[in-house]
Amino acid sequence: MPKRPLPQPTPETQEFWDGARRHELRLQRCNACGRAYFFPRPFCPRCASDDVGWFTASGKARLYSYVISHRPAPGFKDDVPYVIAVVELEEGPRMMTNIVGVEPKPENLPIDLPLQVTWERQSDEITLPLFEPSGGAP
Amino acid sequence: MSAAIVGARETEMVGVIPDKSAIELHAEAARAALADAGLTKDDIDGVLCAGQSPVAVAEYLGITPTYIDGTSVGGCSFMIHVRHAAAAIAAGLCTTALVTHGESGRSRVGMGGFGQSPQMLGSQFESPYGVAGPPTRFTLPFLRHMHEYGTTHEQLASVAVATRRWAETNPRAMMREPITVDDVLNSRIIAYPFHLLECCLVTDGGGALVVVSAERAKDFPKKPVYVLGTGESSEHSMISQMHDFTESRAFKVSGASAFAEAGIERSDIDHAMFYDAFAHTPMFALEALGFVGKGESGPFFEEMRTAPGGDFPLNTNGGGLSYTHTGMYGMFAIQESVRQLRGEAANQLPGVRTSIAHGVGGMFHAAGTLILTNDERA
Repeated sequence: MPKRPLPQPTPETQEFWDGARRHELRLQRCNACGRAYFFPRPFCPRCASDDVGWFTASGKARLYSYVISHRPAPGFKDDVPYVIAVVELEEGPRMMTNIVGVEPKPENLPIDLPLQVTWERQSDEITLPLFEPSGGAP
Repeated sequence: MSAAIVGARETEMVGVIPDKSAIELHAEAARAALADAGLTKDDIDGVLCAGQSPVAVAEYLGITPTYIDGTSVGGCSFMIHVRHAAAAIAAGLCTTALVTHGESGRSRVGMGGFGQSPQMLGSQFESPYGVAGPPTRFTLPFLRHMHEYGTTHEQLASVAVATRRWAETNPRAMMREPITVDDVLNSRIIAYPFHLLECCLVTDGGGALVVVSAERAKDFPKKPVYVLGTGESSEHSMISQMHDFTESRAFKVSGASAFAEAGIERSDIDHAMFYDAFAHTPMFALEALGFVGKGESGPFFEEMRTAPGGDFPLNTNGGGLSYTHTGMYGMFAIQESVRQLRGEAANQLPGVRTSIAHGVGGMFHAAGTLILTNDERA
């Protein structure tokens, strides 16, 4: 498991990271325009309403785009090649993650591949949402 | 048309300059551009730069300005500086503006750190996933473009090949060996689908510009280069939040603004400089600026239309891929546009009347566009 640079939550993002520790993918939705959004902020980035609330997302996503890194970030030297991806969550927002549970080869990673969230504990405070193919490894 | 570039120079060397610090590269370029314009530092009342603070650059050069602008949004900052200088001059905030760039990107002499608080949004939502700078972030959108439009690996490689062909005949270019599409595809994979030769260089260097009102443009030794249209925009600070991975919204807004101000058509452009941090960047620019339709840039590059002899001469200095790339390359794109419009370029094209210099900041984070002309009637 790579030794990752870990995030430090801010007041606005604390709920996301608290949820991750409980294996819940916490997003916000705007009650005025109905749209879910990420990253966390206390107002809707589309319609600017501050009538927003947290909910737990399904954890289902599809592979929006990715690279297979052969150039390790600090802490990832023993993990190359690895997949850095942007996934589109079922609820609409996109987020960066890693794709795990599958050999990091282009033929295993077609664009729009269905994915499911999986959790990787890093510390007492931080657990990261990673994604794996929802049908299991091919 | 309110402003003109009357001084433009790069540092004497570009490439590997281990004996100069970043701020000295600003100063060397600034002093050369002042000489080019027949001015002294005491004529300057506006200072604009990125990387270093304009306060530090003004102090280093011995200038007391009435206008300072430290817009620092990556490699397109200098397109934006020219735009802001034109606006500041028109508003009477200064008369003679100096735009400087200097970066010890390769030798790392006198450079600030890249240290970021773990509370920054990028540190929370991107850094934990092993991104290692631009090669693993800037490149992320491209597989989506391939998927949506059938863009191929060979087409991406063609950008690097076409650009290298210009560098082959530019003595100042760092990489001048001819390359083929196969050479590109056989070079080391950095972040699939990107190979080493599809990634920009990392170099040292600098450049500077002097901007004055168009009315004064003919009072200087060199042929004036008029600022015909300008644009700027921004989109996201994290690549994962780019609205559509197949097009840059910042590019579209900035480009549309520049063309609207210039009042000319795409077909009126004689020469283009599109910031090429990675081989896909000029593809995104070609589409977003409206020179081709969405998804049509791949075949355009594969047909070598941007290479010497093609009908769309692009990145004629050899670009960030083969000429030089200090980190914030946009200054060098503007310098080549100015050289082409003055008739001073290493790969001089015949009869250039209009040139577009379009820059990207960060990983499609921001954009800046300049449409320049040597025609005072424009």
